[in-house]
Amino acid sequence: MTDAEPTTRAGAAASGPEMRTVFAGTRPATPPSALSASLTLGWRALLKIKHVPFQLFDVTVTPLMFTLLFTFLFGGALAGSPREYIQYLLPGIMVQTVMFITVYTGVGLNTDVSKGLFDRFRSLPIWQPAPIVGALLGDVLRYSIAALVVLGVGVALGFRPAAGWAGVVLGMALVLVFAFSVSWIWIVASFLVETAESVMTASFIVIFPLTFVSNIFVDPATMPGWVRALVQVNPVTHLTNAMRAFMHGGGDAWPSVLWVLVASAVIVAVFSPLALWLYRRER
Amino acid sequence: MAAIVTTGLVKVFGSTRAVDGIDLEVARGSVYGLLGPNGAGKTTTIRMLTTLLRPDGGTARVLGHDVVEEAALVRAKVSLTGQFASVDEDLTGRENLILLGRLLGFSWRDARRRATELLDAFELEDAAGRQVRTYSGGMRRRLDIAASLIATSELVFLDEPTTGLDPRSRNQVWDIVREIAAGGTTVLLTTQYLEEADRLAERLAVIDHGRVIAEGTSRELKAAVGVSTLHVRVHPPSQRETAVAVLAPVLGDGVTAGNDPGTLVATVANAGAAGDALRALDAAGVQVVEFTLGQPSLDEVFLALTGRSGATASGTEMGR
Repeated sequence: MTDAEPTTRAGAAASGPEMRTVFAGTRPATPPSALSASLTLGWRALLKIKHVPFQLFDVTVTPLMFTLLFTFLFGGALAGSPREYIQYLLPGIMVQTVMFITVYTGVGLNTDVSKGLFDRFRSLPIWQPAPIVGALLGDVLRYSIAALVVLGVGVALGFRPAAGWAGVVLGMALVLVFAFSVSWIWIVASFLVETAESVMTASFIVIFPLTFVSNIFVDPATMPGWVRALVQVNPVTHLTNAMRAFMHGGGDAWPSVLWVLVASAVIVAVFSPLALWLYRRER
Repeated sequence: MAAIVTTGLVKVFGSTRAVDGIDLEVARGSVYGLLGPNGAGKTTTIRMLTTLLRPDGGTARVLGHDVVEEAALVRAKVSLTGQFASVDEDLTGRENLILLGRLLGFSWRDARRRATELLDAFELEDAAGRQVRTYSGGMRRRLDIAASLIATSELVFLDEPTTGLDPRSRNQVWDIVREIAAGGTTVLLTTQYLEEADRLAERLAVIDHGRVIAEGTSRELKAAVGVSTLHVRVHPPSQRETAVAVLAPVLGDGVTAGNDPGTLVATVANAGAAGDALRALDAAGVQVVEFTLGQPSLDEVFLALTGRSGATASGTEMGR
C-alpha cells in the first residue's frame, strides 16, 4: 500500500503561480561552516539510528554475546570462575567489541557512495570532508552504546572496578579515541572496494588477528616467543593494559596511554589524508 | 553572458573517450536538452559541468566560472538532480529537505520552513513524515527535484529526470521543469526521449559517442529529421525495390529499406505526404499490407542525422 501515490489528488503538481512563489527562494549568503556542516551530517547519522533501530542490533547484541560467551566459556578454566574472570576480561572485551563495530563506519559510507548520495553532498558548497566527519560523529555514539552494553553485562556478571568508576570513564574514553582512528582504515577501504560486503570481509582479516593476538583473553606469558613479540607491538595490547590499570589500579596506565595515543595519531595521519584524497577523487 | 560554454570538452575512462570534444553554448534563462542514447556521454558531461569530474581536455565555464579553477563558485550557484534519486532512503522526505537546507547554509528555522513549502508545492505533504524507502518512483523523483530547489540556483541540472517513470509522474515532472524555467532559471536536462526534448527544451544538442552530432532548436531538428516516420510493409517482399523507387519522387531522399525483408522506412514532413505515398503505391500496383505513421524514434533521429552528416553513428549502434 505504501507504494501507491495519493490518488485523491488529480492532475499535475501544484498550480503554476504557487510553484513560482516557492521557486523564488533565496540562497544563504554564506555556506555553512565546517563545524555546522559536520554537525548537521552527524544529525543525519542520529536520524538513521532513530529510523532504523535495527542498526543498533549489532552494537547491542554483539557486545552482549561476546561478553557472555567468553566469560562463561573461559572463566572457569582460566580464572577459577566466570565471576573472577570478568574482572580480567571486561576491559579487553570492551576493546574487542568496539573494534568489531568500527567496520560499520566503512559499510555505511560505501552504501552512501553507491547510492549516489555522496554525489549530491559533493556538489554542495560545504567543507568537503564534512560527510565523513558527520558519519564518524554518529559512529562514536554507536561505539559508546556498545561499550556501555559491555559494561552493563559485566556489572551484572559481577564486574567491580577496583579503582573506581572514574577509571572506567577514562578507559572508555581511550577506547573511543582508538576506535575513531581505526574507523579511518575502514573509510579508506569503503572508497576502494565495490560493495559493503567486501568492506566487511576485509575488516575481518584485520580485526581478528588484531584483537585475538593480544592480551585481551589471557596473559601472554604462556605464548611462544614470536607470538608474544607480536602481542607486545599490538596497540590493542597497550590499550587493554591502560584500561585495566585505569579500572583496577595497580600499575602505571600512562605509558600505555601514550602508546595508544601515538598509535592513534599515526593511523589518522596515514589514513585520513588517503581517505580524503580518495573521496575527492572522481568516481 | 551564456550560462554554459564548453570548448572541446574531453573525458577519457581507460580506453573509452566518453566525452570526445563537446562544444556547447547554453543561453541564460533557457531550457537546453542533451539528447542521446545510453552511454552517449550525457551524464559524464553533466558531471564535469557540476564539478564532480575533472575534464581531461578542453574547458568549461559555468555561469562565468571555470569548473576546475573555480569549482567552489560553481557549486555555490548550481544544483544537480542525478540520474538515480540521491536522497537518503532511511530518512523521511521532510528530514531529507531539512538536511540539505542546513548544508546550503540555512538556519534550522529557515530550513524547516523551506522544507514545508517545497513539500506542499510538490504534493508530498502527506508523505512528508514517511521514510523515503516507502515512496513510489514518481514521489522519489519529485522529492529529488525538490531537494535541488531548496536554494535558488541560477542553473539546474536534471539528469534524465523522467527515466523509469509512469506517464502520470512524467507529466508532473514536465510541469515542474516548465515552472522552474518560467521563474527564469536556466535548466540543462538530459533525456533519451525525443518527445521529452521536443516538449521541454528550446534548444537541443544530439549527442552520440561523446560528440555533438546535431545542435539547434527543436524545430530545426525536426525539419532535419522529418515530423514523423512512415513504416510500410509490402507483399511479396520482392516488391520492396519497386516500392522504394515509387516513393522516392514522392517523399524525397528519406526512403530507406527496413530491417525485415519487405519493409521500408521513410521520414515524412506531414500527414498529407503519407496520403500521397499510399496513393502512389496503389497506382503502381504494389500491395501494401502494413502502413503506419508515428513519431520518429531516437534510432530514427540518429539514422536521419548521421545519414546526412556522414558521422559514424548508426541506428543499429543505438541499442547499447
